[in-house]
Amino acid sequence: MYDASNPGVTLEQTDIKIAANKVQVYYGETHAIKDVNIDIQEKTVTAFIGPSGCGKSTFLRCLNRMNDTIDICRVEGDIHLDGEDIYDKRVDPVQLRAKVGMVFQKPNPFPKSIYDNVAYGPRIHGLARNKGELDEIVEKALRRGAIWDEVKDRLDAPGTGLSGGQQQRLCIARAIATEPEVLLMDEPCSALDPIATAQVEELIDDLRARYSVVIVTHSMQQAARVSQKTAFFHLGNLVEYDDTANIFTNPRDERTESYITGRIG
Amino acid sequence: MSVGLVILVVVAIATVGFFIGRARAVSSVAGDVRQLHSLPSYYGQTVFLFSAVPALLVTLAWLLLQPLYVENQVSGIILPGDIAEGSSLDLVMADVRRISSGLDTAVAAGVLDKNALTQLDASQTDVRALLGDVGVALASDVHPNVFAAAREYRATTATLKGAMAAVAVVLAVLGAVIAFARIHPEYRARNVSELAIKSLLILSSMVAILTTVGIIFSLLFETSNFFRMYPARDFFFNLTWNPQFTGGSDLGILPLLWGTLYVSFVALIFAVPIGLLVAIYLSEYASRKVRSIVKPAIEVLAGIPTIVYGLFALITIGPLLRDYFAQPLGLGASSSSVLTAGVVMGIMLIPFVSSLSDDVINAVPQAMRDGSYGLGATQSETVRQVILPAALPGIVGAILLAASRAIGETMIVVMGAGAAAKLSLNPFEAMTTITVKIVSQLTGDTEFASPETLVAFALGLSLFVVTLCLNVLALYIVRKYREEYE
Amino acid sequence: MTDVTSGANMAPKPKTSLLVQDARTKRRNAAEARFRTYGVVAITIAMLALVGLLSSILYNGSSAFRQTFITLDVYLDPAKLDKDGSGDIAKIAKVTTFGYAPLIKKSFEAEFEKSGIGVDGMKSKDAAKMISKEGPAELRRFVLAHPHMIGETVTFEFLASGRIDGYYKGRVTMKSAEIDKNVSPQQLQLADQLKAAGLLETKWNWGFLTRADASENRPEAAGLGVAILGSFYMMIVVLCLALPIGVATSIYLEEFAPRNWITDVIEVNISNLAAVPSIVFGILGLAIFINFAGLPQSAPIVGGLVLTLMTLPTIIIATRASLKAVPPSIRDAALGVGASKMQAVFHHVLPLAAPGILTGTIIGLAQALGETAPLLLIGMVAFVREFPGAPPEGFFDPAAALPVQVYNWTQRADPAFVERASGAIIVLLVFLLCMNAIAILLRRRFERRW
Repeated sequence: MYDASNPGVTLEQTDIKIAANKVQVYYGETHAIKDVNIDIQEKTVTAFIGPSGCGKSTFLRCLNRMNDTIDICRVEGDIHLDGEDIYDKRVDPVQLRAKVGMVFQKPNPFPKSIYDNVAYGPRIHGLARNKGELDEIVEKALRRGAIWDEVKDRLDAPGTGLSGGQQQRLCIARAIATEPEVLLMDEPCSALDPIATAQVEELIDDLRARYSVVIVTHSMQQAARVSQKTAFFHLGNLVEYDDTANIFTNPRDERTESYITGRIG
Repeated sequence: MSVGLVILVVVAIATVGFFIGRARAVSSVAGDVRQLHSLPSYYGQTVFLFSAVPALLVTLAWLLLQPLYVENQVSGIILPGDIAEGSSLDLVMADVRRISSGLDTAVAAGVLDKNALTQLDASQTDVRALLGDVGVALASDVHPNVFAAAREYRATTATLKGAMAAVAVVLAVLGAVIAFARIHPEYRARNVSELAIKSLLILSSMVAILTTVGIIFSLLFETSNFFRMYPARDFFFNLTWNPQFTGGSDLGILPLLWGTLYVSFVALIFAVPIGLLVAIYLSEYASRKVRSIVKPAIEVLAGIPTIVYGLFALITIGPLLRDYFAQPLGLGASSSSVLTAGVVMGIMLIPFVSSLSDDVINAVPQAMRDGSYGLGATQSETVRQVILPAALPGIVGAILLAASRAIGETMIVVMGAGAAAKLSLNPFEAMTTITVKIVSQLTGDTEFASPETLVAFALGLSLFVVTLCLNVLALYIVRKYREEYE
Repeated sequence: MTDVTSGANMAPKPKTSLLVQDARTKRRNAAEARFRTYGVVAITIAMLALVGLLSSILYNGSSAFRQTFITLDVYLDPAKLDKDGSGDIAKIAKVTTFGYAPLIKKSFEAEFEKSGIGVDGMKSKDAAKMISKEGPAELRRFVLAHPHMIGETVTFEFLASGRIDGYYKGRVTMKSAEIDKNVSPQQLQLADQLKAAGLLETKWNWGFLTRADASENRPEAAGLGVAILGSFYMMIVVLCLALPIGVATSIYLEEFAPRNWITDVIEVNISNLAAVPSIVFGILGLAIFINFAGLPQSAPIVGGLVLTLMTLPTIIIATRASLKAVPPSIRDAALGVGASKMQAVFHHVLPLAAPGILTGTIIGLAQALGETAPLLLIGMVAFVREFPGAPPEGFFDPAAALPVQVYNWTQRADPAFVERASGAIIVLLVFLLCMNAIAILLRRRFERRW
């Protein structure tokens, strides 16, 4: 099932999941994202790379309107999910986020039991009709998060007691328990050691079968390993967006090349 | 010489010592201060410290011990027969002190001169009238022995005061001379002076410990006196509180404890939900503008002294509750009631609860909120299911601290709860609390050494123990909680 | 990783549009709105409480700053005041306050005759009762200060009695006067006539701030002078003791104390002291300072000492916070050029922390100023008419304190004292406001962010 040596050469689907058009983001006076156009495909892992402060995380947070929680942040332009403008006034960000899940840089399990961590999303969205269904959803999510075998005997233990890599996989399980259509990952491995990173990367590759995954990463090796598409951001601009293989072997823009060869970043 | 003057003289000597010491240090190296181990003023400082500190400490100790010594000396003059029925040596000694200071006044006013005083015989002269003329009122005529004791008291005190002044000045000069003699270029003046300053710092930080020791000592001492006069079992288990001037009082703490807990309970019922919701709204919902208005207003509420709340209870809330609730409902006709005190105390506690909860809510990492929002939770779901459970230990700590404040609060209950000790459930009835009774027993006219007065110390000790336990528990919980997120 | 496929057999979720809210989201949003409303309600209650509190005090208390005065021409009759005409002050002083009351009665009679005012069936004796009981005493003080005025007619402004004053403040009405033995409707009618004649006036009352307390039946003469002075003395004691001790303790704990159990004990001790009920400090003051050390009751020095102990934790906590805020790099820089630890602290850290320390001290003082309970226990509740002397002896004289004066007045029967108590609260709050404003200004002016 898993073949890391063959990353994303053939794309099974070419349906466009998210289409962003002329997106501008302002933090107060700062123009953080400038005129970004990008189409993100279904059942694909898309990597956002670029130097620190280039706006890749900011842009990622626009995709499920996490930026709404920051007072001074303003988004212009439009982003469509399955053809519907997610910044439309009628859209409830709560409903949007149920469709577009997110995993954060630092593992952030709630100070609750492992079970309650995963059951939290299904509970608030009312996905289970009874306890049995909920148990089933939790188990499935934990299996898909590739952590079931490690925690199945201690579902009542606090999620904060797990190791860093386990915590992050728990958070991924928590995110997929709500059956999202897109999964956003903001540097999910930056706080993890190499072994935990490998486990999470393996998991990301599995997730591609069902979800559209967008991952922000600092590590070009990681982007090369897990993604099929890569977008390179620099100073708030989307410089280049192409198949991962092309970006790493044959970049068109010289800024991309400089970054990949380690001259900027 | 008065104490103030003694202190002034000592400080003056020390100051002179400072300048001489500095000058000597400079002259010892012929003006080339580079050859000194320390800066010249440090040499001056050592002289100042050697001169002032021992002299002032001795003065202080003298002042504390002198009255004890003098009373010991003088009380021998008073024979057991001189103590009237129903009185005690303590009371007679209080008279002695009063007459003695009255004599001072009389001498100062020129009614008496010093020679006349030594000739004065209380059995012939009306001392009471004499002192009455200079504005010192005495309750009864002066017994000759008491007068003799007073005269002796005055004389001994005067002698000792003179001796104290002399000792202090001699010590100051002596200290200055010794320090002065030690000055030479290699003398490590800075280290000596810094050591002295450090000792002063340590001494200061002992004040906090001494305060606690003083509190515990004074409470325990008088409480044990109380339990010698009144059985501890009755104090803790008697269901009535009914102090009598003539003795035979019932002094059970239970009705007071009930009133205290009832009022505190009402206050917390009122303050905790409101305070918590205010904190949540301000930290999770409010726009910057709302915050900039509400936060300072809440702080104003926190800065208002409790006497103001007490007055508010007395003149506004009390009559309001009586006229619109208690009387129409037929539940009571008293404006001071558990509910009056409870509601007003609740208002007082709102800022306390809200600012403590604000702290703990803000201590919950933003990552928790992000995690919850990222899953599509609404704000209220995030607050109720993620933030509050995460902040729960801290909030429990805050509530315990608020409870301890409520139990120890005095003015609001003195002015709002009433004075009748009752075991009743009706919140519109006047009840009383431990703090109210501490005030009333200690400001009343009863004799100090009676159980009716001393019971206040037993009440104080109970209050201190209860609030201390709550505080320690709360601080422990809050600290534990902080560590979790650091 | 074969487990993953087991999830695939779950039925796919039906496609939903983002633009339409499903029923569950609507319900959740309603719950959200409800929760938000609870928050708004809570804030509204808190704000209403603040507004209610302040407006109740202002409504009841602002009239305390105005007082009704009656102006009369008084003939200082030598036949009454200085029978043998010797002008000897000692003899004049023998005439007691009672001797002055007839003079006031006489001047009412003269006034009735002169301007033709007067109410039928009302004797000048009753008219004289419209003047405060303090009136004759004031007249006597005036005569003793100016004995050469005897035999002349002076225009004198008397305090009107509490009931007449209350009539112009809405506390007393014609109706209530009928059943009140201290005032009659005729007196009120006469008061109205006097007012029309310009002899009775309600105006700003400095006396409220400068006079001493007065007894139960003359609320109109009661003032805050002794209480303000007493509170001021106590604040001086607190400032002189709590600031140095608090700063010294904080410096030791923050900069020098080794990490050991003694330091821990001190720290735990301080945080517990901060939460000890204030009344316990009163018990401490009574037991240690008065009973053991033999300091006088009701004296500002004892109050100051008790409040010092209470304020210390506040000052220590604030000082330590501002010492902590000075970055270690400053200390390192000083130590790096060869300063001793003590020099680094006193030359660099302390001056940089000074604004924070001052702010904390002022806030501590404000707390101390409003504290009542411990002062009740050390006898500050006693009735004090004499102003305390000048410092330092004045610290040992009996005095009152602002908040205790408020409590004292609320314990009295005459409703005029409620107005006085609320007025005293206004004075207290104005002082607190000023102190806090200074603290805020200091913080704004000197706040430094590293």
